[in-house]
Amino acid sequence: MSEQAVIQADNLSLTFQTNDGPVHALKDVNLTINKGDFVSFIGPSGCGKTTFLRVMADLEQPTGGAISVNGMTPEAARKARAYGYVFQAAGLYPWRTIEKNVRLPLEIMGYSKAEMVTRVAQALELVELTGFEKKFPWQLSGGMQQRASIARALAFDADLLLMDEPFGALDEIVRDHLNEQLLDLWKRTGKTICFVTHSIPEAVYLSTKIVVMSPRPGRVTDVIESPLPKDRPLDIRESKDFLDIAHRVREGLRAGHGDE
Amino acid sequence: MMILLGAIIFWLAMWAVNAWLAHRGSSRAIRIIVPIIFGITVVALWEWLVWGWDINPVLLPAPSAIYAAFIGNIPTLWADFLQTFVQGALTGYIIGCGAAFLTAVAIDRSPFLQRGLLPIGNFVAALPIVGIAPIMVMWFGFGWQSKAAVVVIMVYFPMLVNTVQGMKATDPMQRDLMRTYAASYPQRLMKLRLPAAAPFIFNGLKISTTLALIGAIVAEYFGSPIVGMGFRIQTELGRLNLDMVWAEIVVAAIAGTAFYGLVTLLERAATFWHPSQRG
Repeated sequence: MSEQAVIQADNLSLTFQTNDGPVHALKDVNLTINKGDFVSFIGPSGCGKTTFLRVMADLEQPTGGAISVNGMTPEAARKARAYGYVFQAAGLYPWRTIEKNVRLPLEIMGYSKAEMVTRVAQALELVELTGFEKKFPWQLSGGMQQRASIARALAFDADLLLMDEPFGALDEIVRDHLNEQLLDLWKRTGKTICFVTHSIPEAVYLSTKIVVMSPRPGRVTDVIESPLPKDRPLDIRESKDFLDIAHRVREGLRAGHGDE
Repeated sequence: MMILLGAIIFWLAMWAVNAWLAHRGSSRAIRIIVPIIFGITVVALWEWLVWGWDINPVLLPAPSAIYAAFIGNIPTLWADFLQTFVQGALTGYIIGCGAAFLTAVAIDRSPFLQRGLLPIGNFVAALPIVGIAPIMVMWFGFGWQSKAAVVVIMVYFPMLVNTVQGMKATDPMQRDLMRTYAASYPQRLMKLRLPAAAPFIFNGLKISTTLALIGAIVAEYFGSPIVGMGFRIQTELGRLNLDMVWAEIVVAAIAGTAFYGLVTLLERAATFWHPSQRG
């Protein structure tokens, strides 16, 4: 294992036992994610991309193979608070204001009062929610709620950010804007980001590495290293490089579907 | 006949006034005035019919007679109120709801307790109060302690069931979030489980307010010192002093409504975030 590897998966498998028999959510997945990578996981529903993310986060237990996070077991990494997790829905606690929602992980991890104040302000500024500190989640739009949940994952010192279709429920315009902000944030913070998505343009636009997955059993069919530069204006999506990668992703997805 | 006709005309007139007010909009003042007018109408009709038909005060005393009994017996009513409501009902309410809350938290922590304690709670709740009350009087004496014990038994189960339900009110994503933070059990309890359970807990607390008052009053029928709302209702009934019985009922109604209203205010302050309270 290289010193730089943040995630290292070897022959990772996970089988759910259900009433309809075993479901192979992940089968023999091998993958290395290096520090500073922006990795997208793309594939149809049921391909195990969310499950893979949840295994990294120690929210699911693999049934075969091995995985390490920051060189530790996922459980040790979770207890060391090695990652921030952004769920499909914002999942803010409705009895807390936006400010207090972002402060929640800091309270749990025992940061000092003064540090909490500065970190919450910084995190809210990163997602452009300054001025909404005292609002309650249900007073904000879906896009703003999701930004608050990203701020909550950024508030504490975790070099790894796990994002499970964070923009899936948002409209295209909001999504474009949040994608730009996320890239900007990634460049500024140097975090390693694992990002699950359904959208090919989103995956290609954001990633340095695209992992194409196929369902039943969930496995990796292609890993694409993106040649796109780190600086990516939105109109890079019309460039030839971009379209070539998108094409390759689409081919990978189609190949995964073929043997169903 | 004239009496009935007068009553009907008065009723229709007041109805018309209220309907007219209600049509003018729903400002805060109108929302308060309409029920007040309705209440005054009912009391006035009651007075008018009792006086006009010369109804026996044992069957139905006039509101003025009840008022006179109320004003003339304030020291007695106050002593009864302290004995039954403050000492019996309130003490039992606090102990019963507190114990049920702690049990619910313990049940949530341990599946074994969930299978063991819930059926026992269910069993105790099924015991009839008229059977429990004399036994409690035997055990804890004639004083308020036995009444508080009856109230504890009455409020325990509804409070327990509601709180246990509330402890399940979090969704998987909210719990997963706590797990990603590697939060300890007390942190999960204080920052997620209990806030999420609050709407259910307040439901239990609200139901228990009325049960507590009923329990404390009825328990006095089975033995009490010569003070207390249940004791007074029973003895004044025996002396056919129905105006005094009604005066106690007025006290019970005021105390019960105020108690319920107070818990509702606390609920609104604590669960303002819940969709049912945002309004």
